[in-house]
Amino acid sequence: MMEIAEYIVFSLVGLGMLFAIIRFIKGPSVADRVVSLDTFNIITIGLIALLAMVFKNSLFLDIAIIYAVLAFMETITFSRYVEGNHGNH
Amino acid sequence: MEIISVIFLVIGGLFYLLGGLGVLRMPDTFNRIQAGTKATTLGAFALLLGVLFYSISAGFTSEWIFKTLLIIVFIAISNPIGSSALAKATYRAHGAPDNVVQDDLKQLMGGTEDVN
Repeated sequence: MMEIAEYIVFSLVGLGMLFAIIRFIKGPSVADRVVSLDTFNIITIGLIALLAMVFKNSLFLDIAIIYAVLAFMETITFSRYVEGNHGNH
Repeated sequence: MEIISVIFLVIGGLFYLLGGLGVLRMPDTFNRIQAGTKATTLGAFALLLGVLFYSISAGFTSEWIFKTLLIIVFIAISNPIGSSALAKATYRAHGAPDNVVQDDLKQLMGGTEDVN
């Protein structure tokens, strides 16, 4: 039961990551790429938690916490970059 | 308890798939922000709850519960802040999309001639 569920969930998560990567490559503007990168990061957090469940090792959850913090900082920094010089008036 | 875990895991994977599909298929940037942030937030909640219920059913130590709940709380705080900042930055850089009917944010942001 659990193995079949793991196959299904890993397939769905991998397809979501693939769609985000395709939008990252295709994206016409910088903002689209930042959005797809944000989506990719959140999917990766869930994937690391899934790996913790598969390998039965709770250290992967620490990695997921650190990855979540870094992904948040990354989104804020890239949105400051997208905003450019329009905010300073 | 394992059945609940499997249900939550499949719901989480499905919403991750829908989030990625929305990012790929939506027509402009604001729709992509909407699809790529809300759907994946719900997907992350469901998937981490699935991991939590699996750790309870498999009899792991209690640190699994604290860590998964910590990730859920952090995503619930950080993800809306990130998408809001990203939407505001996109509006300031590119302006509203062409097919918008009413643009209230233009008056709210002050300098109307600066936002193109």
